[in-house]
Amino acid sequence: MLELKNISFGADNDGTKVEIVRGITLTIPDNKFVVITGPNGGGKSTLAKIIAGIVKNTEGSIILDGEDITDKNITERAKLGIGFAFQQPVKFKGLTVLDLLRIAAGKPIKIAEACEYLSEVGLCAKDYINREVNGSLSGGELKRIEIATVLARDVKLALFDEPEAGIDLWSFSNLVRIFENMRAAESGRTIVVISHQERILNIADEIIVLADGKIVKQGAKDEILPEIIGTKYATDVCHKVTESGV
Amino acid sequence: MLKMDPIQLNLLKEIAELHEVPEGAYNFRANGQSVGRQSTENIEITPKSDVSGIDIRIKPGTKNESVHIPVVLSESGLKETVYNDFYVGDDCDVLIVAGCGIDNCGKQDSEHDGIHRFFIGKNSRVRYVEKHYGSGEGTGKRILDPVTEVHMEDGSSMEMEMVQIKGVDSTRRTTIGELGKDAKLVVHERLMTHGVQQAYSVYKIDLNGEGSSADVVSRSVARDESYQKLDMCIVGKAPCSGHTECDSIIMDNGRILAVPSLEADNVDAQLVHEAAIGKIAGEQLVKLMTLGLTESEAEEQIINGFLK
Repeated sequence: MLELKNISFGADNDGTKVEIVRGITLTIPDNKFVVITGPNGGGKSTLAKIIAGIVKNTEGSIILDGEDITDKNITERAKLGIGFAFQQPVKFKGLTVLDLLRIAAGKPIKIAEACEYLSEVGLCAKDYINREVNGSLSGGELKRIEIATVLARDVKLALFDEPEAGIDLWSFSNLVRIFENMRAAESGRTIVVISHQERILNIADEIIVLADGKIVKQGAKDEILPEIIGTKYATDVCHKVTESGV
Repeated sequence: MLKMDPIQLNLLKEIAELHEVPEGAYNFRANGQSVGRQSTENIEITPKSDVSGIDIRIKPGTKNESVHIPVVLSESGLKETVYNDFYVGDDCDVLIVAGCGIDNCGKQDSEHDGIHRFFIGKNSRVRYVEKHYGSGEGTGKRILDPVTEVHMEDGSSMEMEMVQIKGVDSTRRTTIGELGKDAKLVVHERLMTHGVQQAYSVYKIDLNGEGSSADVVSRSVARDESYQKLDMCIVGKAPCSGHTECDSIIMDNGRILAVPSLEADNVDAQLVHEAAIGKIAGEQLVKLMTLGLTESEAEEQIINGFLK
C-alpha cells in the first residue's frame, strides 16, 4: 500500500516560487489499477516522479507498506519495488534491449525470459533483442521496450507516465491491449498510469483527477468516468471539471 | 605449447581472447622474441632480415582463414619497434588478429611500437582486430605507439576494430589508408583513458578511387585526469563517400580534443563528419537507477555499453 501524506513540491521559476503539487494526500491500496488524469501542467508527472524519488518533494511524507521512504533515493525505492516508465523513453548508445532487460531483472536472465517480456509488450523478440536502445527505434518501439523494462522487474508498484505520449494511433491500440493484459494478469502489482486516454481510463479500478497540483476528484471508475466522459477527449472534460471548481 | 609465464598468458587472454594456440597461422611474440610461429598452406609467415618483424603473405583466393600475431611484454624497460607487413592476395577473405599487452611491474618504461602495413589485393575482404591492454603496478609507463597503414586495391574491403580500454599510459596511434576504386574501409575505434593517461589517435584516409568509401567511428571515454586527442581526416579525391564520427564521454577532470576534418578534392566527393563530447546524460543515469542500480553502477553500465 502506498500512502502519500500532504505531499507538496515547489519549483523556482525566475525567482518566483511555483507550487506544482499542493498538499496531496492519497492512499493507493495493493493490486489496484489506478489512472491519474487531468489537464496538462496539473502536476501528474511530477507526482509520479515524486513517488519514484526522481523529484524530491518539498513537504510531506511517502509511506510504502508502512515504511517511510521519503528520504530514500531512486535506487533504494527501486529496490523496494517501485518501477517507473518514462514518458520519453531514454536512449542509450551501445546498450541493447537485452542489456536493459537484464539490468531491469537484476540478474542474468536467459534470452528466452527476455523474449517473454518483449512478447508481453507485443514485440517480436528476435527482431529486437540485440537492437541498441537508440534513435533507430521508433517512438512506439521505444515506449514498448520502456514498458518491458518495468515488467522485467519484480515490482510492487509500477508507475507509467503518459505511456500514450508520442506514439501513433496504431501503436496506441496495441498499447491499450498491453495494459488490458496487465490488468487481467492479476500479477499482484499495483499499477498507476498517468493518462489522458479514455480507453485507459476505462480499464481503471480507480480514477484520480489532478488539476492545479491538487486532487479534484477521486473514486471508483464507474463513479468518476461518467462525470468526465461525454466529450471527445477526457482532458477537455477535465478542464471543465477544474473550471467549474469541482 | 607456447613457453609463456602466467602474466604473459593473462595478457594474451586480454588482447586476443586466446587461451591456447589458435588454429591457422600465428606468430606469438613475448619480450622481444618469437615464441611460436606457424605458417599454413595459404598463409606464410617469415621473419624479416633487416629489421625486427615479420612478413605475412596470404595466397590469392584464401578464404575463411585467420592469422593471429599477438605481442606481450612483461619485462620492465623493454622498448621495441616491430615491422609487420601483410600481403593479402586477390579474392581473399581473412581474419587478422593483432594486439599488444604490456605488464609493467618495474620502474622503467616499457614500449612496443607495432608498425603494420597492409597491402590488400583486389576484391579481398579483411577483418582486422587490434586490442591493446596494460597491467602491472610498477611506476614505469606502458607505452604503445602503433602505426597502421592500409593500401587497398580495387573492390577490396577492410573492417578494423581497434580497442584500447585499459592500462596503457601513453599512446599515439596513427592510421593511414589509401583506397582504390570501390574499396571500402570501416573502422570502429574504442578508447578509454584513466588516471593521467594520454592518448592521441590520428587518422588520415585518402579516398583515391571512384566509388571508394570510408566510415571511421570512434567512441571514447576520458576519465580521471586523462587526455585524448582525436584527429580524424578523410580526403576525397574521387567520386566517393566518407564519414567520420567522434563520440566521446568525458568524466571527472578528463579532457578531450576532437578534430574531425574533411578535404574534398573532387566535386562528387560526399564527406560528412560528426563530433560530440559530453558527460553521461543525467536521464540515462536516472533511468538505470529506477531499475535498481546505484549511480556508479549505472555509470559503469552506460560506459560498458558505449564502448562495446
